[in-house]
Amino acid sequence: MKLTDAEKALLQGSEGPARQKAMELLVKYGEALGAEKLVETNNVCVSLTAGAYSTPRPAATERDVHAALSQMYLDSDEPLEIPRARVYTCRLIREMDPDNWELQGIDPVRHELNLLTERVCAGIGMQLMHSCTPYLLGNVPVMGEHCAWIESSAVIYCNSVLGGRTNIEGMESATASMLTGRTPYWGYHLDARRLGTHLVEVECQPESVMDWGLLGYFTGEIVQDNVPVINGVRRAPNIARLKHHGAAAASSGGVEMYHIVGLTPEAHNLEQAFGKRKPVATLKFGPAERRQAYENLTSATSPDIDFIMLGCPHYTLEQLWDAARRLEGKRVHSSVSLWIFTPKALKTIADQEGLTDIIRRAGGVVMTDTCPCISRVSPKNVRTAATDSAKHAHYMPAMLGFPTWFGSQADCIEAAVTGKWRGELK
Amino acid sequence: MKKIVLHGRKVVGGVAEGEALVTRDTISGWGGIDPVKGIIIERRHELCGQSFKDKVLVFPGVKGSSGGSGMFHRARHAGTAPKALIFNEMNTKAALIAVVTHVPAVTGLDQDPLKVIQTGDRVKIDADAGIIEVTKKQS
Repeated sequence: MKLTDAEKALLQGSEGPARQKAMELLVKYGEALGAEKLVETNNVCVSLTAGAYSTPRPAATERDVHAALSQMYLDSDEPLEIPRARVYTCRLIREMDPDNWELQGIDPVRHELNLLTERVCAGIGMQLMHSCTPYLLGNVPVMGEHCAWIESSAVIYCNSVLGGRTNIEGMESATASMLTGRTPYWGYHLDARRLGTHLVEVECQPESVMDWGLLGYFTGEIVQDNVPVINGVRRAPNIARLKHHGAAAASSGGVEMYHIVGLTPEAHNLEQAFGKRKPVATLKFGPAERRQAYENLTSATSPDIDFIMLGCPHYTLEQLWDAARRLEGKRVHSSVSLWIFTPKALKTIADQEGLTDIIRRAGGVVMTDTCPCISRVSPKNVRTAATDSAKHAHYMPAMLGFPTWFGSQADCIEAAVTGKWRGELK
Repeated sequence: MKKIVLHGRKVVGGVAEGEALVTRDTISGWGGIDPVKGIIIERRHELCGQSFKDKVLVFPGVKGSSGGSGMFHRARHAGTAPKALIFNEMNTKAALIAVVTHVPAVTGLDQDPLKVIQTGDRVKIDADAGIIEVTKKQS
């Protein structure tokens, strides 16, 4: 791989052992990929968590956290001090909500370690977004901006909706990018990888947030990690719809980029979306495909609901506002827990608007910073859950062990109030 | 004994020799392996329950969460990692797993390793040279 003089200097240790380790890791990773060079980035998303890969022990000092992070994320045999972030770096979702950790069943040792890790991350200059949706919090890459992001649902949004350029990074590579301002020039950083591969003809117009999730879940399962081009969409969706769509496609198949002809920035028309290539396959999304996606997402059979999870990826303010309006004057059933997830920055606004109070008076809880699958937390004794997230409907049965219904926000809130699932595909 | 030689591209350098464990299913690190036991745990995976410790793992590619590299990293610390990696499809997840596992890895071979190599074959891998030597097991 070709390195610049500045990159070679870092590799030789000109700025200390941690940045040296970071550059070593990027060079090995870039060579493994077959990248010809590194590219500069000033936009990194990563989620350093000191206890992520091991049973948390009481970590008494910040030094212990630095040691754990350097060994895990910089692939260092020696414990190192992590220096300041070289470039703009956002800390994404973490293991607990610091205001609801007891309700989430987080033990005090893990809670303390989380707070300590948060202080270390702030100390090295990370932006504490604590969300899977950096693009809701002002990190909105512009067309062509080179990024190094973790989190599949954020990566697909960045590439497809915004025209930013990132691969799905891992914790180690994104940490190295944070310390060096570089990422391998490979994959979705290059024009060729961004062209469409599969054509998806939409016969069933996606309208609701739920529809967009079904379209994504169907498409991902078939195209796997290729680039689908969706044709025939007549009405522009919005952030909530595309957020759900991408998360669903990334879950069922590992899609990192899609195009919607006439709507997303690299697909003004079919010719632009595919370049000079022909589609390798053409899929149809009609009523049968829509129903199949719905059925694949449903793992529950009992109508008796214990747990409703809303907010994966984290809710927008619009979605919180919708939920609050649906819950106003109602009461969540005594046997049901309703947890709604949003970034803390947005919850602060919802607090001011009185939305959080409306939800709380109804018996729901607005949580921040995490989600059930990331932190492996749920209410006690859940037998059947429901969610409006295709991604959580996909992962919850395996990761948390309970069968799950998938539906709209309205279906979910009705079930929260009555304790019975009555959602169906309309 | 029948020997077959394949040529490919280095992913991570080094030399290793061991018994092949071959799968046609993609590997998922996060939620797909148990790094402490060194086994595949993905429910519908054809190798579910089997150990990859000290094996030359031959597989199509890597899917799933970007957290997968951390799982293979842990397997290395636990002493349960494979001895070498041979795979077809390159992506960022596969590259990172190869890097943090610290074992020789090769991709881009001139013959499909999933067809040429069978579980139980003896495999010698010189990743720097991009050469794989397969000794078929006695049948």
